[in-house]
Amino acid sequence: MTAYILCLILFSLGIYCAVSKRNLIKIIVGVAIAEYAVNLMFVLVGYRIGGVPPIFVASGEAQGAMVDPLPHALVLTSIVIGLATTALLAAIAMRIYRKYGTYDVNEIRELRG
Amino acid sequence: MTQTLMPLMIAVPLGGAFLCAIMGKRSRALPDAMGFLVTLLAAAGAVWSVRLVAFEGPLVYTMGGWPAPEGIVLSLDGLTALMLVTVNLVAFLVAIYARGYMERYTSKRLFYGLFLLMLAGMNGVVLTGDMFNLFVFLEIASVASYALVAFGTGKHELEAAFKYGVMGTIASLFILLGIILLYARTSTLNMADMASQLADGGGDVVPLVTGLFLAGFGLKAALVPFHAWLPDAHPSAPAPISAMLSGVLIKSLGVYALVRVLFNVLGVAVPGEAFTPLIVLGILSMMVGVVLALGQWDMKRLLAYHSISQIGYVILAIGIGTPLAVLAGLFHLFNHSIFKSLLFLDSGALEHATGTRDLRRMAGVGRKLPVTSGSTLIASMSIAGIPPFNGFWSKLLIIVAAVRAGHSWSAFWAVLASILTLASFTKVLRYGFQGGAGNRLRQLAAVPLSMKVVLVLFAVICIGGGLLLLPSLRDLFLGPAADALAGGTRQLGFVLTGGAS
Repeated sequence: MTAYILCLILFSLGIYCAVSKRNLIKIIVGVAIAEYAVNLMFVLVGYRIGGVPPIFVASGEAQGAMVDPLPHALVLTSIVIGLATTALLAAIAMRIYRKYGTYDVNEIRELRG
Repeated sequence: MTQTLMPLMIAVPLGGAFLCAIMGKRSRALPDAMGFLVTLLAAAGAVWSVRLVAFEGPLVYTMGGWPAPEGIVLSLDGLTALMLVTVNLVAFLVAIYARGYMERYTSKRLFYGLFLLMLAGMNGVVLTGDMFNLFVFLEIASVASYALVAFGTGKHELEAAFKYGVMGTIASLFILLGIILLYARTSTLNMADMASQLADGGGDVVPLVTGLFLAGFGLKAALVPFHAWLPDAHPSAPAPISAMLSGVLIKSLGVYALVRVLFNVLGVAVPGEAFTPLIVLGILSMMVGVVLALGQWDMKRLLAYHSISQIGYVILAIGIGTPLAVLAGLFHLFNHSIFKSLLFLDSGALEHATGTRDLRRMAGVGRKLPVTSGSTLIASMSIAGIPPFNGFWSKLLIIVAAVRAGHSWSAFWAVLASILTLASFTKVLRYGFQGGAGNRLRQLAAVPLSMKVVLVLFAVICIGGGLLLLPSLRDLFLGPAADALAGGTRQLGFVLTGGAS
């Protein structure tokens, strides 16, 4: 339970960083932290205390509690998707830097929501 | 064999995107041809899917032959067919339009590559019957759309794309967190299996997950507390992409996914009963969107605010939950995708001809561009709810359904928002098209034929859209879609039993 709560705290920290920071790179870092927190949570969901790798041996005997392998497979997909988003955001941030010469959101703000 | 249609709806655009990106350098004609051909096939497939659902019932495709609860499935029911038609019809017309419009940008092969990638993602979102698969397709469509918003690589485009990218990624994280919690509770990712396990009780995570999904999909659909990115992102994209984003992306990724999960998986929104969070979000979006739209002078920004407002109508109607209201909401969803796409394409044609998006500076173009101004007039009357255009029928149905369900206040707000919409579009027509004096615009660029044809086709659908309410057509198209939501948590049960063969 503690681990889940720590995950949620990390997630909140990431979101807070993404929302409150005024530097494009720090915003990207914030999003990345939140992403890692969610991925970590996903892996933890599959973990069993004292679990062994989910491999069935030839004798067919159960070797005690096995960890759930599905989240491990899914989290790889999720990490790759995270990589794609982060790379795209970083590329856009670089192009913005070339146009404005700064990463500071306050100086970039031409559009208003 | 008929099930093969479902993976093809995803695979064909995906393959087309890949070929455009790698082969497009060799020949200049290939991306245009590929965009046309792939979207034509997809639109034909979508129309065929309506026929399949109406005559053979819901269908299931098991990926790789792995049976339902363990393997990934694609499922096709009435609601999916409605979304497929909406998405692929708009995509087909937009692809024709883009042929002429995108000449001004440098790289058509990248444009069509991303465009088809986004289409594949959206088709995947509406077809999939697996929660994690939903997330993956959602991200495919989202990442392609972030890149498309930045396509012009000007200052505004990049800034809007960054904002949209950050907000969209956070939304996706909320959705993923919700999916993880559901998986932890039920140990399954199959929507039908998940629904039956949650319905058997033990839904203690459901309130938390509902909140996460409302925030996540609400951000994707730009419902009001979460709408800040839309008025920047949609106007910054090239006009065909604005039409896709406002017309179908926020609906397939936002509205469709939200109502599918709330009604058919979580079961928190019970068919026939009102679901208050949706009603509140709907009314808020409706009013805030239209009030902010009133003050805009940039045509595309004005249209973007109206998208928020019109999505509010859809969400409000679905939140009321009676069969009539759900039908009206889905009908409005289809209509909005038609007239809002038309309006954005019109704004693109005007920008092409006059070089500006400011309504005050384009005054008096009405007589010089008869096709553009005529179709804008039709679409404006549609969105404002003037009979006999399609927007009138769906708004009328929403208001009637709200009154009959005893939600007179919702009906009042809907009428008020409709009047404000009319006021706002009167401004567009008065200043943008009829204003007499401003004739600084002597030299207008000609609007290419391919763009004009698309504008006329969309306008024809706007005029004829009301016919979908005729009983024979309703039973074919809107009826099965509304029934899919009315099925509640048992709706997706056909996935486990195999569906029609």
